[in-house]
This record gives sequence, C-alpha cells and structure tokens, in this order.
Amino acid sequence: MNMTKKRNGSEAKSMFSQMSASILVNAVYAMINYPIVLISTLLAPFSFLIVITFVSHGTLAPIAIGGALIMSMISSGTSLQGDLSHLKNDFKLQDMVVSSPTSSRMYLIGMALSEIVYSAPALLVLAILAGIYISASAIGYAEIILVMAIMFIFSISLGFLLSTFTTDVIQSWAFTGIVSTILSALPPVYYPITYIPLPFRYFAYLSPATYAAEIVQSITGLVQFSSQTLAIDWVVIIAVAVAMAILAIKKSRWREI
Amino acid sequence: MGMLVVDNITKKYEGEKYALHQISFSIPSEGIFALIGRNGAGKTTLVRILATQLEATSGRASIDGIDVTSDPEKLRSEIACVPQEARTVGWLTPRQFIVSYLLWRGFRYAEAKRRADEAARTLGIHRYMDSTSRKLSGGTRRKVLVAAAVASGARILFLDEPTTGLDPISRGDLWRTLMYLKKKHFIFLTTHYLEEAEKLADKIGILENGKLMALGTLQDLRDKAKFPYSIKILSKMTVKKPKDGVLVKGIDGNYQIATTEKEAYRISTRLIMDGVRFSMNPMNLDDIFYYIVRKPIEEDEYDQEEKW
Ligand SMILES: Nc1ncnc2c1ncn2[C@@H]1O[C@H](COP(=O)(O)OP(=O)(O)O)[C@@H](O)[C@H]1O
Ligand SMILES: [Mg+2]
Repeated sequence: MNMTKKRNGSEAKSMFSQMSASILVNAVYAMINYPIVLISTLLAPFSFLIVITFVSHGTLAPIAIGGALIMSMISSGTSLQGDLSHLKNDFKLQDMVVSSPTSSRMYLIGMALSEIVYSAPALLVLAILAGIYISASAIGYAEIILVMAIMFIFSISLGFLLSTFTTDVIQSWAFTGIVSTILSALPPVYYPITYIPLPFRYFAYLSPATYAAEIVQSITGLVQFSSQTLAIDWVVIIAVAVAMAILAIKKSRWREI
Repeated sequence: MGMLVVDNITKKYEGEKYALHQISFSIPSEGIFALIGRNGAGKTTLVRILATQLEATSGRASIDGIDVTSDPEKLRSEIACVPQEARTVGWLTPRQFIVSYLLWRGFRYAEAKRRADEAARTLGIHRYMDSTSRKLSGGTRRKVLVAAAVASGARILFLDEPTTGLDPISRGDLWRTLMYLKKKHFIFLTTHYLEEAEKLADKIGILENGKLMALGTLQDLRDKAKFPYSIKILSKMTVKKPKDGVLVKGIDGNYQIATTEKEAYRISTRLIMDGVRFSMNPMNLDDIFYYIVRKPIEEDEYDQEEKW
C-alpha cells in the first residue's frame, strides 16, 4: 500500500519531468538562447489585427482581437506539426526518445503545451486588449476561453496527425501550406462573415474556424446570430475537435511499422 | 551474463524488397558488437528494430531475456540509442540538450544536471557544455549525443554509424572513449569502416543485402576466409585459377586471390613479370569482407587453360 503510493508519487514526478523536457526544448530554451524569437512570436498575431482595425476605422477592433485569439490557437497546431516533424526527421530526436523510458503521451502533451508557452507573450497582450476592447460578461469571457481551448485541441490533434505522415521537411511545409490556407485564409475570423458575398460564404463553412469565429463575434455584440446558429456552431466545433482527437490517438504510433 | 538473441528477423518495408531477410544470431550482451555492411545493407533497420523504434515484419528478438517485440517498455529503461544522422538540436547548448534528454527519461532536474556533467567529463566535452551547438565541431557534437546516451545510465547502447563523417583524429578520439565505455556497457554499433570493427569489436557481424553473411570474432572471420594472404588484382585481365587458394570476384568487379603465404609469394612474382598491377597483404578485415561479400564468377570469365 505504502509502496504503491510512493511509486505513484515518483511516477508522477517522472511524468512531470518528461513533459517539462518537451516544453524546455521546444519553447523555453529557444526563447532564452535566442531572445529575438520572443519578438517574432510576440508580433505574429498582430499583422491582420492591425490591418483590419485601421481599414475599419477601429469599428472591427473587438472582432479582430477575438479573431487573433482564435488564430493563435489554430496556429499552435500548425507549429506543432512543423516542430514534431523537425525533431523527428531532421534531428532524429524522436527516435532517441522512443528508445527511452519516455511516455509517448507525456512527450506529446509537453510538445502541445510548449506551443502555448511559445505564444504566451502574444496571448498576454491579446488578453489585455480583449479586456479593454471587448465588453463582455464574465460568462462571455469564459466562453471565449472555452472556444479557444476547443480550437487548440482540434488544431494540435490535426498537427500531430499530419506530423506522423511526414518523412521530410518539404512534405511538412506542403502540409503547413495547405492546412493554413484552409484554416486561416478561408474563414472570416478577423471580420464578420456577412462581409463575404454569398456563393463564397459557403466555402467559409468548410473551416471549423468559421464556427468558432461566429461564437466569439456574437460575444463581442457587434454581430448578431440566431441562438440556433450559435448552438450549431458549438456542436460543430466540439464534434470536430473530439473526432480529430480520437483520430490522432488512434493513428498515433510510437513504434513505426 | 545476458545474451542478445535475434531469431529469424525479417523486415520488408511497404512496396520494397526485403531490407532484412531471416536474420538469426545470438551473442553475449557485453563488450562491443560491430555490425558492418555497405550502405543499404540493412544495418539501420536492424538497429531500429532492436532499439524498439521499428516493428519487424516477422521474427523475434530479445536482449537479456527481455523481448523486443512484446515487452518494449521494459527494455526501454535498459537501452539508449544514438540514431544514424542524429544531430544535436541547433538552439540548445550541449548541457541543455543532455539535461532535456535525461528529463525525457524521467530523471529529476538536479539529478539530470549532475549526470550531464559526469558524462561530459567522461567524453571530454565539459569545456563546451555551455556554447551553442552551431559553434561546435562535428566531432564534439557527435560526442554530445554519445554523452547523452551514456548519462542515461542505460547499460545497452546502440550507436548507428557513430564515426561516419568524422575526421581521423575525432574518430580515434571516439574510439578511445568507446573502448573505455565497453567495460560497463554493451555497445551495439554499426559501421562501414572495417578498420573500426577490427580495432574495437569483440564480435563482428557482416550484413549484405539484408542477409547475415558471417558472424564471429575477427579470428573466426579470418578462419572463414581460410587463407592468410590476399592479392587484389587492379588491372583488367582474364583470370586464371590459383593452384592453392580461391579466386574471388568482388562487389566492385575486381578480382581477389586468397591464398597461402608461399603461393602469394610465387603468384606475386609472376604478376610482376607480367606487368600486372596488384596489391598484396595479410588478410585484414577489408579483404575478409571482400572475400565474404562476393559475386559468383561465371565459367566463361576464366582463361580455361592456364593456372597461376
Ligand atoms: N523507411 C523506409 N522505407 C522504405 N525502405 C527503406 C526505409 N528505410 C530503409 N529502407 C531500405 O531498406 C534497405 C536497408 O536500409 P538501411 O537499414 O538504412 O541500411 P544501412 O543502414 O545498412 O545503410 C535499403 O534498401 C533502404 O533503401
Ligand atoms: Mg544506416
């Protein structure tokens, strides 16, 4: 009894070690050794935000901020895919880790969290801007965080899944290009969907980001959606995230065949 | 003492020919085992299967009684692997790299740091532990990877072509380290430098085209080649059978005569008189490899009448 308790304790600590290794390698050490990385990750989500805000004379700022929050979650998955492929194919680091008593789950959870750590500076600034420009209730803010969490799970599952198919960097870039077009260029994340002329609007609904954006946009109060539309939005993003996560877990292979 | 047992391992990648075909052998899991073979022979495939990175298509293997296929989790705490073409991560210092690797293996941070320092001293890289990787020489980087494996405390080390691409001095350096490490570790290394296997290995396996052609100590392999001398003929000419010895056509298309010392002397005198370019030396691993991994000689390639 006592023995098991002790073993569980040290197992938990070793799982924490394993997770923290992923975070250190993929985010913290990069930021410490190359401070310029901090600036570039800080700036990343702001390009669109700034353009949309100026073009709309500031009226769309709350929507654009909400959009930037969603996009930073979605780009986590794209980055994860690139980083996992990089460590696996270019450094053969994953092979080293597979031939080790490392839990594959801790390795991957750590990698996923490292993407959050990596974008933490930008998220912090965006959160402050959201607090200033988005006037929502506490529930509204909680809903935004929930949407972000769901989009995070969706995108890291997708990123992980794609990384298992890549064998070299060119493939990895190709996947990144396709996925980010579908996930971020297509959907009206930084502006209301009504800005897209009708036949094209249907294409936007191919991307889960569109449904997430509708929820966040309605929270800002600048765009109105029927409660039926919003219910569908929630169902779609949850379903897509769960499906993608199950697929990722099912397809994941620590040992290759 | 434990054993490495490989039992009928076959690997066929999807849509490819066999990368490994029915490999079976067993050796004590101690000292240095060198698997030699040309590029594409299947060395990396075998290492990745034994180091639990890759599943075999069929067959079994075990190390110290732990089954590679059915019990990989248990084996993983006993092994560490430096894959072929593994590189230190560019944005990490050697210390950060080794410490992270140890954290991944489940060590606490303080313990990881202590072990990283200790391994760095063993490998002689403690001076470089805090410089960024891109400032380090290729030899030092390779040592960082080996140091990470050593710091893990794993008894069994898989090193896939650890010295490929290193200059002779760095290579000699790493050889000395491996000779030191083999006292405590079982080292499974692959190489295409025959000299390396000759210098380091307690046991040598020769892999060619997915098949194990020979396995044993250097002396066993010498015995397999049967003759103590090797003459390599470098000129193009029709070949003649030796009186006492074997004529071999190598993978490069040249001919080799394996023969006795006395015959070697006689044949070489003839070759000089005929103005044939050749080299002659006591059988080294190079020559044994050439002898074992050979091509068949068609009957019509011979000069029918003459013998040397
Ligand atoms: N992932 C892979 N997919 C398909 N074929 C492979 C793969 N890896 C290796 N091979 C093939 O298997 C054979 C053996 O390769 P490998 O084990 O890397 O040999 P070595 O390490 O001796 O150079 C080669 O013909 C190679 O092309
Ligand atoms: Mg290889």
